[in-house]
Amino acid sequence: MSREWKIKSIFIIFVSALMIVSGIQLYRHRHYDVPIVAGPGVTKVVKLSNYCKTLKGTIADTNVFFLEGKEEGGKMLMVANTHSNEPAAILTALVFLENAIIDKGTLIIIPQFNNSGGRNTRPGDGYPLYFEIPTEWGSKKFRIGNREASPLDQWPDPDVYVHYPEKQLLSFLDVRNTNRTWPGRANGPLMEKVCYAAMQIIKEENIDIALDVHGAETMFPVTNCLVAPEKSMRIATMVALTVKAIEGFDFHVEPSPVGFRGLSHREIGDYSDAMPFLVEAPLPFLDQPTGPKTVDLLLDGKDPFLLSLSKKGKLFVPYDKTGWPMEKRVGQHCSIALELMRQFSRRSPDKVIKIRNVPRYSEVVKNGIGHYYHNPEEDKENIYYN
Amino acid sequence: MTLIMIVYYVICAYMIGMLVWNFIREKKSIDNMLLYLLVMIPLILRILRVK
Repeated sequence: MSREWKIKSIFIIFVSALMIVSGIQLYRHRHYDVPIVAGPGVTKVVKLSNYCKTLKGTIADTNVFFLEGKEEGGKMLMVANTHSNEPAAILTALVFLENAIIDKGTLIIIPQFNNSGGRNTRPGDGYPLYFEIPTEWGSKKFRIGNREASPLDQWPDPDVYVHYPEKQLLSFLDVRNTNRTWPGRANGPLMEKVCYAAMQIIKEENIDIALDVHGAETMFPVTNCLVAPEKSMRIATMVALTVKAIEGFDFHVEPSPVGFRGLSHREIGDYSDAMPFLVEAPLPFLDQPTGPKTVDLLLDGKDPFLLSLSKKGKLFVPYDKTGWPMEKRVGQHCSIALELMRQFSRRSPDKVIKIRNVPRYSEVVKNGIGHYYHNPEEDKENIYYN
Repeated sequence: MTLIMIVYYVICAYMIGMLVWNFIREKKSIDNMLLYLLVMIPLILRILRVK
């Protein structure tokens, strides 16, 4: 064998090994299912494709959990993991799913809204594939997903995404972003089908309030806030003022821009009778000028570069050496969701949502998130994989 | 499978063919040899339809 082919053979073996080893890791990540234990409040579990037949059999189909009270009342939809690299959302949804008991009204939860995005990753940013939350019975493992759906599931991307039905020109990537494809359509790209199905839930189940749970960079002004359109603004303001005064964390309200289409807090309000809200908690992991994107950074939010920027007044949230632990973010989300139900119930006495057994901010910070998760091994009958 | 997807798979196969051809023809540059192989990875995975 010539020297040239010796080198080529070594390269072929090296690249093949690289492709197989990394391919297996990515394959396992894509096919890893998170066990979700349906708590005592869950009354039924259906698929999102029940509301949009064209989703059936696709990877974008996902579980929808109903928590119905004995008495009729208001109805709330909670959507988590619209962006699967903002995991405080699914962690919050699971705290509700596994613990909440509804006495009056209905709570509908979609914990993995962009199921394809949750099985995607961002190798260019060096994202870890998983993270674990410690619990009293071991640890619960979650996938770290990506902001957009996987191109394996929705491909090819257009040069420019023309939003339906407003025809606004958006980035090509946004065709796979489930916070740009609202209100969607049944025969559009896969992510438009996902949003269309959620819109059908809102219309068919007569949802009163819809909460989309997110996380955002500390250097981005729309963080640590509740985003609301005009019709939801009064309740959003009351929620922000109340949690700030009673629970002691910094929080504010941002108006939903009228001219920016495709976002849940804009389109749900414009295309249905429901009042939409989008909650953001600070997520240092998403900031660009940080150290390596590690699991520690995801969970504790500690980063020396952000600390330095904070001292220079470049961040939009308070930030010190304690970082932004996941417990604080999930605790905030829990308190905001509970306060939203309370304020809505005060405003609409004929549509009260009465909920119990869900921790608030101080309890989650004190006990940790894992304290509220049940051991799947002890409750095998109520496990749903997502 | 839609027509546009079939066209994309054909383009992928064509690009793999071109890369293999260039890899075989490359005699001197070690960098180019390695780069041809690395560029081939996503195209091969796409053709194999690994999900």
